[in-house]
Amino acid sequence: MNFDFSEEQKLLQKTARDYLSENAPLGLCRKILEGDESYSRELWQAAAEMGWLGAAIPEEYGGAGFGQLELALIAEEVGRALAPIPFSSSVYLATEALMLAGTDEQKQRYLPRLASGELIGTFAIAERRGRPTPASIQTTFKAGELAGVKLPVPDGDVAGLAIVNARDDSGISLVIAELDAPGIERETLTSIDPSRSLARISFQGARAELLGTSGNGQELAESILDRAAVLMAFEQVGSAARAFEITKDFMMERYAFGRPIASFQALKHRLADLYVKIELARSNSYYGAWALSSESPELAVAACGARASASDAFDLASQEMVQLHGGVGYTWEFDCHLFYRRAKLLGLALGNANEWRDKLIERLDRVSAA
Amino acid sequence: MDFNDTPQESEFRAEARSWLDANAKRLGADESPTGMAQGPDRSDLIKESQTWQAHKADAGWACITWPKEYGGRGASSIQNVIWNQEEGRYRTPPNVFGIGQGMLGPTIMAHGSDPQKTRYLNPMLRGDEIWCQLFSEPAAGSDLAGLQTRAVQEGDEWVLNGQKIWTTGAQYSRWGMIVTRSDPAAKKHAGITYFIVDMESPGIEIRPIKQINGGKSFTEVFFSDVRVPDENIVGKVNDGWRGAITTLMNERASIGGGGGSNGFKELMRLARETDWNGRPALQDPYVRQRLADFYIRSKGLQYTGYRTLTALSKGATPGPEASIGKLVGAPLSQELAGFACDLQGQAGTLMDDESSWQSSYLGAPGIRIAGGTDEILRNIIAERVLGLPPEVRLDKGVAFQDIPTGRN
Repeated sequence: MNFDFSEEQKLLQKTARDYLSENAPLGLCRKILEGDESYSRELWQAAAEMGWLGAAIPEEYGGAGFGQLELALIAEEVGRALAPIPFSSSVYLATEALMLAGTDEQKQRYLPRLASGELIGTFAIAERRGRPTPASIQTTFKAGELAGVKLPVPDGDVAGLAIVNARDDSGISLVIAELDAPGIERETLTSIDPSRSLARISFQGARAELLGTSGNGQELAESILDRAAVLMAFEQVGSAARAFEITKDFMMERYAFGRPIASFQALKHRLADLYVKIELARSNSYYGAWALSSESPELAVAACGARASASDAFDLASQEMVQLHGGVGYTWEFDCHLFYRRAKLLGLALGNANEWRDKLIERLDRVSAA
Repeated sequence: MDFNDTPQESEFRAEARSWLDANAKRLGADESPTGMAQGPDRSDLIKESQTWQAHKADAGWACITWPKEYGGRGASSIQNVIWNQEEGRYRTPPNVFGIGQGMLGPTIMAHGSDPQKTRYLNPMLRGDEIWCQLFSEPAAGSDLAGLQTRAVQEGDEWVLNGQKIWTTGAQYSRWGMIVTRSDPAAKKHAGITYFIVDMESPGIEIRPIKQINGGKSFTEVFFSDVRVPDENIVGKVNDGWRGAITTLMNERASIGGGGGSNGFKELMRLARETDWNGRPALQDPYVRQRLADFYIRSKGLQYTGYRTLTALSKGATPGPEASIGKLVGAPLSQELAGFACDLQGQAGTLMDDESSWQSSYLGAPGIRIAGGTDEILRNIIAERVLGLPPEVRLDKGVAFQDIPTGRN
C-alpha cells in the first residue's frame, strides 16, 4: 500500500508553500480584492517561472513535465494561500482540455504559451442562471464562427483563450476561441469574490476552431470537468485547512469567561467535526488524484467524490471561520471574508456539490447496471 | 501512488497464504466469514475457535505482533494487517480471544510481573484460556476513572466488592482483568489497583444484558467478597491507572480505522427496486443526494484507512487521520440503516429477519457508544490531535471520596 505522495512530490509542495507564505500572504489576496487589478501579475509570473503553470504539461510542449500528482499538490498550496491568480481556469480547465483533446498542432500552438503564463486560458460553458443541459445551450458555432453570450466566465476578462461549448450541426461541440479576435466583446462582472474575476463574453461571429470532434462536446466537457474537479478539490482542501488553522489559533488566544474559548466543549466538538470533514475530503481527493494520474476509469466516480466532499468541507470551514471568530469575523478588516467569498466562488465554479452528488449516483448506477 | 504491496509485504502475504491454503478452506464468492452472532453460549463455536487458535500457535501464526519470547513472531503492524486480510479470506471460526490477545496481553507484557508473564501469556496466545476486561461500571463509563468497585486488603489477599458492566464474554472467560478503587482517600487516578481475577472464584455472578436489539452480547458481573491474592496485582498497588491506560490504548489500536462494509451496495439495490412516487426511489433527487453523501463518507473513510496503512507500511506511526474512523463510521451506519427503513415507506416498520435494515437500525446505537462514545471521540480529537485545552474539571486535586456523585 502506497497511498501517499512521494518524498520528491512533497518536497515540491514544500517549495511551493515556502514561496507562497513568503510572497503571497493573505494581504496579497486582499490587495486584489480591494484594488482595480483582476489578478496579481507578479505572482502569476512567478508561478510560471517555478513551473507550476506547466506542471502537468509535457516538456515537448514547454511544460515542466511532472504530472497531475505534482500539480495536485501545487493546487493545494495555491488554495492555502488564497492565491489571487487565474490558476484554476488556465491550468485545470483550459490546459487540461487541450492536453486531453487538442491536436498536436493545437498543443504546439497553445501549451507553451499557457506554460509560460503569457496566455491565460479559461472554460466558458455557463450562459445564465440554473443548471445547464445540452438542450439549453444557445451559443452556436457555424461555418467557423461563434455567436452567443457566455456568463459568468471565470477570469474571462483577462484570459486570451477560451474553450467554449456551442451548438453546431452535429449537436454540442467544444471550440477554441482566441479572445482578442474581432467579433468579441468582454465586460468584467462584479464577483462575489473580487480576488477572482468574472466576465461576460459576447461572441458575434468570432472565429473559432473545433476542439475534438464535432458533436462530442458534451462528453468532452464532462471529461474536462472531471479532471478539473480533482485539481480543484485539492485547492479547496488547501483553503479549508488554512481557514481551520487560523480559526483554531484564534480560539486558543481568545479568552471569554476567564478561559480560552478553545476549551469550551461546545466549540471543541465543532472544530473536531470540521477537522474530520476536511480529512475525509482530503482522502477522497487523494483517491481522485490517483485515478487522474493513472488514467483509471475510476476517475468518473472518484472526481464526484473528491469535488463534492471538498466543496462541502471548504463551505463549512469558511462558515465556521466567521462564526467562531464572533463579531470580528464579520468585519471587513479580518480575513474571514476572504475565505467565505472564495469558498462560494470555487464551490460553484464547476457546478455545485449537489450536482456532483447527483452525477455520482448516475455514474454508480451505470456501472452496476452494466 | 498505488495500492500495491512492497516486495517484502508481498513475500509475507505469499507465505501467509501458502500456510492458509494448506490448513484452511477458502471462502466461496458469496460466503461471509463466520460471526459470533447473538448468543455467547455457542460452546461449539468456542471449541472450534480454540482448536484453530492452537493450530495457528503450533505453526507460529498466533498473535504475530507479540515478541518472539512470548510466542509471537515480532511482526510489524502492516504484517498484522496483511495476515488479518488473508485469514479473512478463509473459512475460519470467529475469534473470541481479541480482548485478551489484543489488549490484556500487551498490558501484562508492559506492567506484569515475570511470574504473571510466564503463567498467563502462553495459554492466552494458544487460546487455551479466554480473557475478559472488567472496566466499565454503572456509574463509570466515559469517566472510567470514576470507578467504585472496592478492593480492600486483608493480609496477603484483597477482597473485591462491586459491579462491572458491558463485559464481553465474561461467561466463557477463564480470567479477567479488573480495575478497582483501592484508596478512596487518594485523588481520583491515584487510588486505583489493577488485578488479574480468576473468573471461577466464589462470589462472582454473571448476568447477560439484553440490548435494544434483543441481543445478549454483553454481561454485567457482580463481585461479592471475591478474594484475589497479592500476586495478581498488575503493576503496583494504587498505580493501576497506568496499566488501564495501556489497555485502552491497545483497544483503540485494535478497533482501528474502520471503513468496512456498511451495506451501501445493498442500499443502492434497495433504492433501485423500491417504488417511490411511481418510479424507482433511485430516481428521486432527495434519495440520490442522501445516497451520494453516504457513499462519499464511507469511501472517505476507506481511503483514510489506506493512508493509515501506508504510514504503517513505511514503518511510520499513523497520522492523526487514523483517529477519525469510529466517529465517522458509527453514525454513518445508523443513518444508513435508518434511511433504508425510511425508503420502504410504512413497510419500513416491519421486522423482517435478523439481517434486515430494521435490525441494523436497532443495533446501531450501540456502535456509537461502545469503546468511546462519539462525544468522547470528539474530545480526544480536539485535545490529543488538535491540541485544544482540556475542559475545566471539578474532580482534579480532590480525594476521590469527596468528588460529587449526584447521589450524596
